[in-house]
Amino acid sequence: MIENRPFLTFMAHTVLILGVIVVAFPLWLTFVAASHDAVRMSELPLPIWPGTHFFENLDVVLNKGLWGGDGVGVSYMLVNSMIMALMIAFGKISISLLSAFAIVYFRFPFRMGFFWMIFITLMLPVEVRILPTFEVVANLGMLDTYWGLTVPLIASATATFMFRQVFLTIPDELLEAARIDGAGPIRFFIDILIPMSRTNIAALFVILFIYGWNQYLWPLLVTTDQDMYTIVMQIGRMLEAGESVPQWHLVMMTTLLSVLPPVAVVVFMQRLFVQGLTETEK
Amino acid sequence: MASVKLDNIQKTYPNGFKAIHGVDVDVQDGEFLVLVGPSGCGKSTLLRMIAGLETVTGGELEIGDKVVNDLEPSKRDIAMVFQNYALYPHMTVYNNMAYGLKIMGLSKSEIDERVKNAAGILELTDEQLTRKPRELSGGQRQRVAMGRAIVRKPSVFLFDEPLSNLDAKLRVQMRVEIKRLQESLGITSIYVTHDQVEAMTLGHRLMVLNSGVVEQLGTPIELYERPASLFVAEFIGSPAMNILDTKISEDGESVDIATNIGLALGNGGLPDYAGKKVKLGVRPEHLQLAEGSENSLPLTVTLVEHLGADTLVHGHFGEDETDMTVRRSGTLKTVPGDKLPISITRENIHLFDAETSRRIDL
Repeated sequence: MIENRPFLTFMAHTVLILGVIVVAFPLWLTFVAASHDAVRMSELPLPIWPGTHFFENLDVVLNKGLWGGDGVGVSYMLVNSMIMALMIAFGKISISLLSAFAIVYFRFPFRMGFFWMIFITLMLPVEVRILPTFEVVANLGMLDTYWGLTVPLIASATATFMFRQVFLTIPDELLEAARIDGAGPIRFFIDILIPMSRTNIAALFVILFIYGWNQYLWPLLVTTDQDMYTIVMQIGRMLEAGESVPQWHLVMMTTLLSVLPPVAVVVFMQRLFVQGLTETEK
Repeated sequence: MASVKLDNIQKTYPNGFKAIHGVDVDVQDGEFLVLVGPSGCGKSTLLRMIAGLETVTGGELEIGDKVVNDLEPSKRDIAMVFQNYALYPHMTVYNNMAYGLKIMGLSKSEIDERVKNAAGILELTDEQLTRKPRELSGGQRQRVAMGRAIVRKPSVFLFDEPLSNLDAKLRVQMRVEIKRLQESLGITSIYVTHDQVEAMTLGHRLMVLNSGVVEQLGTPIELYERPASLFVAEFIGSPAMNILDTKISEDGESVDIATNIGLALGNGGLPDYAGKKVKLGVRPEHLQLAEGSENSLPLTVTLVEHLGADTLVHGHFGEDETDMTVRRSGTLKTVPGDKLPISITRENIHLFDAETSRRIDL
């Protein structure tokens, strides 16, 4: 649709700018709070322009931690979160690719039955099955390990469903051509299907990475060892710091740090993300 | 190089639908066989069974004296060109052609030699080899698809309507190239098409299929001159053969084309069919203009099509307004509403049994 009406253009921009402000303002306040010291943050009104303590706060959060006691920073928690999010994203993508491959390309008894079984797990996110899952993980001795953090979250009906749809759009002739070329199922999967679903994999990676990074409840349950804490948990724990007043400037600095990796993933994979969700031509 | 032998090949789908009702054919080494028929006649199914993409549910299939019923497609020593080319979209043209060879486990230099050689035959430039299929035009993709078949050095080429996605001009051009290529490589080829012009020009022999049954197998000229059934008669030739409902006279000596217009059969006539209804076929190009002849049909012209080299005249005659098309070379000056006297000659008619639709030999 090509129209040239100045008023419409003006309205569209107004709405978009308002939207950006609504989304960006809290982030701005987070940044501002992270750049002041504790004293300024306890005075009213709260600041709306940045202060001068940004790097000082960054140093404290990364290397010394929050409370007087342990003196451990949050940098290793960023690493934990990163490992967890990557394991969840890659795990989910691999499992879903394989199950979608099986469901679309192989004829076996109860094929659709299996598909629907995978599909109804959409109704069983970890929050619903938290006690039995915890017991299983505990019995397997996976508490306080990366496996315990990630494996229960890996099975994914959404991703399986999405890859199924992607595979269904790939013409049958390609499979036939590959069969005549002598490619077996695994070769076809690796040489043809995966490269052809590249953009979809990238789009899903963005979504799943953020899903993994944002996990809060499950890491809270399965980790008791501070070495396994994730950054998102840490924000919650900072707010519960005993009787004292929350150290807002440090909490906000931690929040800022926890927002950066997902933002970076979105920014760098933006083009593939859009392609993967909109491209239909194969 | 190999022959292909189909012995009572049948296909029944799990739901009970019978797509192929027993096909027998012996394709000679180096022969170009065309399977032709309307959509849904089973021609593609038959080709896919030869390729190994569909299971054979009855009969025996031999390629080069080896029964291949249960062999994987890649083990049958065949190569196939698909209707939509089926090129791997994420690979370069070079890799598209090399993929099957890599799986065969050929050395890099051998692969390179074969791909370059095929590219040379098909006039694909080195620059085009580095492109992705989507950056090529339809005709170029078609060449790549053929290149992918050639590099395998198969015993048998299978073509599944390879030209139907091209525009008319390119289709004629590629048709000639396929023919030339097949002749120079001398590889046994089986080609599926619904286009009878393609079938007539390409094939050494044609197999006309209708609902999974072979209507006729023969050279293009045989099919044109002696169609074995009404179906073949109407299918081969463009514009299609005129079919008239007629009757053999009571004495069996002549065929009554219209009231008071009969055509003597000679040769003793058809005593078995005396007084019976038959279908009479005559090709548009075999109808003569008969100025002043008394035994002519008065054709009322309804539409004139000028093709340049030819003129097609559509019209009807008689009380029941039987439709008829006449093809005359050159330009014929006539307009709708005119009456054209048309004559049918004895040598150019085809008679078919009204019940079985089979040819009646005179």
